Amino acid sequence: MTLIIKNVTKQFEHAQEPTLADINLEIADGEFLCVVGKSGCGKSTLLNLIAGLETPTGGEILLNGKAVTGPGADRVVMFQEHALFPWRNVIENVKFGMEVAGVPKSQQEERALHYLRMVQMEAYRDYPIHQLSGGMRQRVALARALTLDTEILLMDEPFSALDKQTANRMRRELQEIWMKMNRTVFFITHSVEEAVYLADRVVVLSEKEKSIRDVIRIDLPRPRHVYDDVFVEYRHRILEEVQDGEE
Amino acid sequence: MEKNKKIRESLQTIGFFAALVFLWQALYVLGTQVFALWKPYALPSPAGVWAVFWRLTADGSLLRAAGSSLARGFLGYVLAVLLGMTMGLLMNQFGFLRRNMRPLIMGVQTLPSICWVPFSILWFGLTEQAILFVVVMGSVFGLAVATDHAIRNVPLLYKKAALSMGVDKKQLYWKIIFPAALPELIAGLKQGWSFAWRALMSGEVMTTCIGLGQTLSTGRSLADMNQVMLVMAVIILIGIAIDRIVFGAVERWVYRKRPAQQER
Repeated sequence: MTLIIKNVTKQFEHAQEPTLADINLEIADGEFLCVVGKSGCGKSTLLNLIAGLETPTGGEILLNGKAVTGPGADRVVMFQEHALFPWRNVIENVKFGMEVAGVPKSQQEERALHYLRMVQMEAYRDYPIHQLSGGMRQRVALARALTLDTEILLMDEPFSALDKQTANRMRRELQEIWMKMNRTVFFITHSVEEAVYLADRVVVLSEKEKSIRDVIRIDLPRPRHVYDDVFVEYRHRILEEVQDGEE
Repeated sequence: MEKNKKIRESLQTIGFFAALVFLWQALYVLGTQVFALWKPYALPSPAGVWAVFWRLTADGSLLRAAGSSLARGFLGYVLAVLLGMTMGLLMNQFGFLRRNMRPLIMGVQTLPSICWVPFSILWFGLTEQAILFVVVMGSVFGLAVATDHAIRNVPLLYKKAALSMGVDKKQLYWKIIFPAALPELIAGLKQGWSFAWRALMSGEVMTTCIGLGQTLSTGRSLADMNQVMLVMAVIILIGIAIDRIVFGAVERWVYRKRPAQQER
């Protein structure tokens, strides 16, 4: 898998200035890439562009050499809100993507259970969505995203609507899952700590210039610990970059 | 405990209505016999209504009237649903249609359905079709607006999630938009039925086809207060029964997996 973002600009129809200006970024196969930045810096827009839910006004996004023109199952998105369908129960939700992709029924069941087990939700397979807690819903959403053999998994602040404790647990588990599967992940967050914890590289988007300010490689072995000295150093450095221009 | 509470509440309900009927009968006796304020034929009474009920049931006319009203109402309703949903879908699909149709529909909807009766009679004569026309006109616009609304209120998030999992346009409609809009759609269908049922009665009262509306206006011609009262009660009861039994079952089915309220 190769994903190349080339000179991408996005300006919304009635906006005074572009939301994103001249973004250049290459995402390597199997990489965990985090994008941080203040709210309004265009990080969600960048994710929507890769997902094909928005179209760039300039430049192009190439997935395996082919320009992205619309949404597709090779770039599944996990949203901040769980986006599970309330008319389906847990396992029916997890099967949705496979149904669309035309995976045979017997395999759907097997794969859905496999991923539900991975996110520790197997016991809840027949539960209606509204009876699950916020964290459980995001687990199911993660399982649903994982069932598809996507080229890249796009995650738009998936843990930011959860309480801190649940969010911390979720990111630890996501790290474990990612270490086992080595999928390419494009992860948006406003939490610098979360980014340093999860990412191979952290991209800092500047709210002022509407473009990439810096890309920082996190050279820390996994599993990572937030109290580690080097971790704290990374965190401070990136936090400063995110907040730069404020004072 | 829970069960005892339920039994107690049902008993209270029965007691309430029994008291209401008793009060009604008492007023009738006081008003027509003790104080002789009104002539006995000018006031309906529970006993009189009951007598008419037996008379009209025995000769089968009540059942026949209710049956033909229901059949006619159902036919008109089905036509209105087909037409209204098509209109709603078109309005949803084409922005210019919605922009121009909505104010027009809102205008037409302020017209009580009985006002369609003269128009309908001039066009169709005193026929079955005239009543059907009134039923359709009385409910089709509400159904169109409800369909458009239900589809438009489908959260964008569901569509985005589905698109990112690779659905095509057809799958988006059948797997996402339709099930997501279903609760609101059912609410619209339910309201549409109550509009259709009212319009049906307006049409039937003004024409001469066999039905509850006609039985009602016969009661008026005969100056039979009890018959008028009885038919009104039957119209109400059928309305409630369909709302509770038919739509109740549909709603229970729709909400078998969802939260009971509209919190989605």
